[in-house]
Order: sequence, then structure tokens, then C-alpha cells
Amino acid sequence: METPRIRITVTVNGEAVSEDVPGDRSLLDFLRDDLGLTGTKEGCGEGECGACSVIVGGRLVDACLIFAAEADGRNVETVEGLADGEVLHPLQRAFAAAGAAQCGYCTPGMLMAGKALLDRNPSPTREEAAHGIAGNLCRCTGYGTIIQAVMEAAKES
Amino acid sequence: MRPFHYRAPRSLDEALALLTPRAVPLAGGTDLFLKMERRQTQADTVVDLKRIPELDRIEAVDGGVRIGALALMDSLGASSLIAGQYEALTRSARVVGSIQTRNRATLGGNLANASPAADTAPPLMALGASAEVADAGGTRQVPVDRLFLGPGRTALRDGELLTAILVPALPARAGSSFHRCVRTAMDIALVNCAAFIRLDEDHPDTVAEARIALGAVAPTPLRAASAETRLAGARLDEDVVEAAGECAASDARPIDDVRASADYRREMVRVLTRRAIRSAFRRARGEA
Ligand SMILES: Cc1cc2nc3c(=O)[nH]c(=O)nc-3n(C[C@H](O)[C@H](O)[C@H](O)COP(=O)(O)OP(=O)(O)OC[C@H]3O[C@@H](n4cnc5c(N)ncnc54)[C@H](O)[C@@H]3O)c2cc1C
Ligand code: FES
Ligand code: FES
Repeated sequence: METPRIRITVTVNGEAVSEDVPGDRSLLDFLRDDLGLTGTKEGCGEGECGACSVIVGGRLVDACLIFAAEADGRNVETVEGLADGEVLHPLQRAFAAAGAAQCGYCTPGMLMAGKALLDRNPSPTREEAAHGIAGNLCRCTGYGTIIQAVMEAAKES
Repeated sequence: MRPFHYRAPRSLDEALALLTPRAVPLAGGTDLFLKMERRQTQADTVVDLKRIPELDRIEAVDGGVRIGALALMDSLGASSLIAGQYEALTRSARVVGSIQTRNRATLGGNLANASPAADTAPPLMALGASAEVADAGGTRQVPVDRLFLGPGRTALRDGELLTAILVPALPARAGSSFHRCVRTAMDIALVNCAAFIRLDEDHPDTVAEARIALGAVAPTPLRAASAETRLAGARLDEDVVEAAGECAASDARPIDDVRASADYRREMVRVLTRRAIRSAFRRARGEA
């Protein structure tokens, strides 16, 4: 037996997309391989690192531990939805200005964690900002500038 | 992954009808996804419970609070209904994994997964909670104490679902607390411990009733029976707290594994039990 395909309709960054996917396709693979949205990264593939963070139904989640089928009918936000055309999102501008990305592999997840935080709490304290990205690992930049960037973005938006 | 059919029933009855012996319920998937990826289940059908309305509700009911099995750790940790009475449960829900984990992980999944280290198990045991379990024939209640049979094994029978957790109302002069130790923030507990203390009506230093529950020190979460006996009826001074910690350490049956040695775990049981008793005591006295 092969895992049967199912038809799902997911709103990704405001646009409804319908696809036939195998039931065992992860949301992460669906976004990257089926939709070509390769901004979202795979790090550990086990829910530990946050590289695959996206927002589903307003909640920050790890896309590597979710079946695409579970997102049927839901709203999914990825890093590709942050900028408005050529105009970067305040978080993206702040990350660039603060030098909050070195290799950049954690950055899409960090940005989505920042967005989920600011959506709920538009003016976080430094501690709240640190807590907001606590589920996202960065192996090179260090968290200081990332937290600073989130704080700067909060001021701007 | 082994091939499977994905089903997303819209009602409990429909879900129960789909639960054949080769079907596995899916809540948040934070345990199940990897189990499936590692082919640790034989399931040929996955029954996603998240489309069933009402299963995630947290509500006050006669005699306590009813927490739907699908309630998220994030919702539990943020609930004033829970924080107001059940400090131990609030604390445990807030330390499960990361924000991303807590936005997906459910209370029912934490229990049904039956890890010896499940963080919400000791608090629920200490608080005297029961699990509500349903099958096509109706529902029954199982004290959380008797839910766990071994690592990954529960008292749920084939075709049964965990539908809710019922936590009895906190009595007067009572309090609870939860403590754990971990290697890193994202790791499961090396040891965790919850305490529930109810003080005597006439002697506010004296324990009328105590429940101590330990995790990650036996094949299932465990009540520390001799520690509870040591506390019951005792005036709670530092000597009694020490002695109860000692008892809990002897109640534990830890093993060596990659995370910690049995000796270290036993020592941590002593430390965490003392801390948990002290903070439950403070709360029972209305001091914290
Ligand atoms: C990065 C990471 C960190 C973690 N940290 C912690 C931690 O600190 N503490 C901790 O305790 N756990 C931790 N976990 C484990 C996990 O998140 C929890 O056990 C969680 O509560 C499981 O809930 P779930 O809804 O995701 O369950 P699922 O994965 O959906 O299900 C788990 C099991 O329970 C069964 N099941 C689920 N719901 C029901 C139901 N209603 N009735 C019957 N059976 C059911 C499923 O079939 C499956 O076998 C962590 C996991 C990850 C990935
Ligand atoms: S890739 Fe999903 S959490 Fe690491
Ligand atoms: S910038 Fe390299 S991992 Fe964070």
C-alpha cells in the first residue's frame, strides 16, 4: 500500500492553494517542495531547533512535525509573506540593520518567531523578546543582536 | 514512514468508529510524528482529533475543572482557571518544550504517550485528577494514578480515547507545586516532582493530607507513598521536610541511562521533593 493522496486547501500567505498531497507529507516539505517556498528551513527535523518555524492559525509551530493534511483549511504564514513587494517588513529591516544574521540559516525561523511575538505583544520587554525566540537555535550570530533586532522592530511597527 | 490513511473526523462518535486496532489517534503530533517516522507504530490509519469541536475546552464544572484532552500546553499555561488553583499543573505546562512545542502539544497526548518523564503527569497525580475515557459504548473514569502501566503503555483499551481530565477543586488550606531538573531547556526531565499539601484546619503547621508524585525515576510516573505517610499528620518543620525527601528517594526506582545515573536521579528526587514540599506548603498557607 502507498500512502493515499488527499486534496487539501491551505491559505498560504493570504493565497488559497489546493493540492493533492500524500497523507504523510510534512507541512515543511509541502511548503518547500510542492509550493517552492524554500525560505522555511529544515534543521533538525525533530522539533528541537525552530529553523522550520511558521505560523499556523496564528500560532508559531515547527512545520517539520506537522502533516500538510493537518493544515487543510488553515492559514499558514511563512517568511515569504513578510515583505510587502519590495518593501521589507520592520523585522527584516531591523535584522539587517542590527547584523542579526550571519549564515542566515536560522533567520527565517527567527523572523517568524519575532512576528508571532509582536502579533501578540507589540511592545515586548527585552526578557519577553528573548523568551519569544527561545525555541529557535542560532549557531553563529548569537542571540544578543537578534533580540536587539526584535526590540528595534517593535519600536518601528 | 509506513503508509497510512489520514482521517479527520468531525465528531467524537465518528472518531471512535474509526479507531480500529490498527488506527492511532493524532493530537498535536509532537510525539507521534517522530514515532511514525521511526516506524515505531504499526498504524495503518491516523485519526486526527483536532477537528472535533469542544475537545480542547478548559471549563469550571461542579467540583473542579474539566480540561479537554486536546487542550494545548500553551492554553493550559495561560489559563487563569488553572493558575488560580493548580499551580503545579500551570508550572508543568509552561516548561514543556519550546513555544512551538506548546502551541501544538496537548495534555491528552502528554498522558496517552505515557513517557515516564511526562511533565504533566506528576502534577495531575498530586492533585488527585482523573482521566475521562470514552469508547463507542460510553465513558468511564480512570484516576491518573492508575493510567500508566509502563513506558508507552496506558490503561486505555483498544478503541478508547482520552476525552478529558477532571481535576477536583482545590480544598481550603491546600497548595501544590512542581519542580524538575533537565540537562537543557529542550530536553525531557531527568527527574520531576509535584507536591500537594493540605493543612489541618486547627493547626496550620500540620499536614492533614499530602501527595507526592515523581517522574522519570521508574517505568511510570510514581506516587512516593512513604514520603506521603511521613508527612501526613506531621508538623511541617525542616526536619520533616528532610525526612520526606529521604523517603521519596527510597520510593524512587531510577535507572542509569544516557541522561543521568540512577544515583544522581535519586539525589535529585531528594532535592526536588524538599523544594516541592516547601513551596506547596507556602501556597497552602496563602504565602505565595
Ligand atoms: C522538542 C520537543 C520537546 C518536548 N519537551 C517536552 C517536555 O519538556 N516535557 C514533556 O512532558 N514532553 C515533552 N515533549 C513531548 C511531547 O511534546 C508531549 O508529550 C506532548 O504533550 C504530546 O502531546 P501531543 O498532543 O503532541 O501528542 P501526540 O504526539 O499527538 O500523541 C502522543 C501519543 O498519545 C496518543 N494520543 C494523543 N491524544 C490522545 C487521546 N486524546 N486519546 C488517546 N490517545 C491519544 C497518540 O496516539 C500518541 O501515541 C517534547 C517534544 C518535543 C518534540
Ligand atoms: S527543523 Fe523543525 S524544529 Fe528543527
Ligand atoms: S545566523 Fe547562522 S544559525 Fe543563526
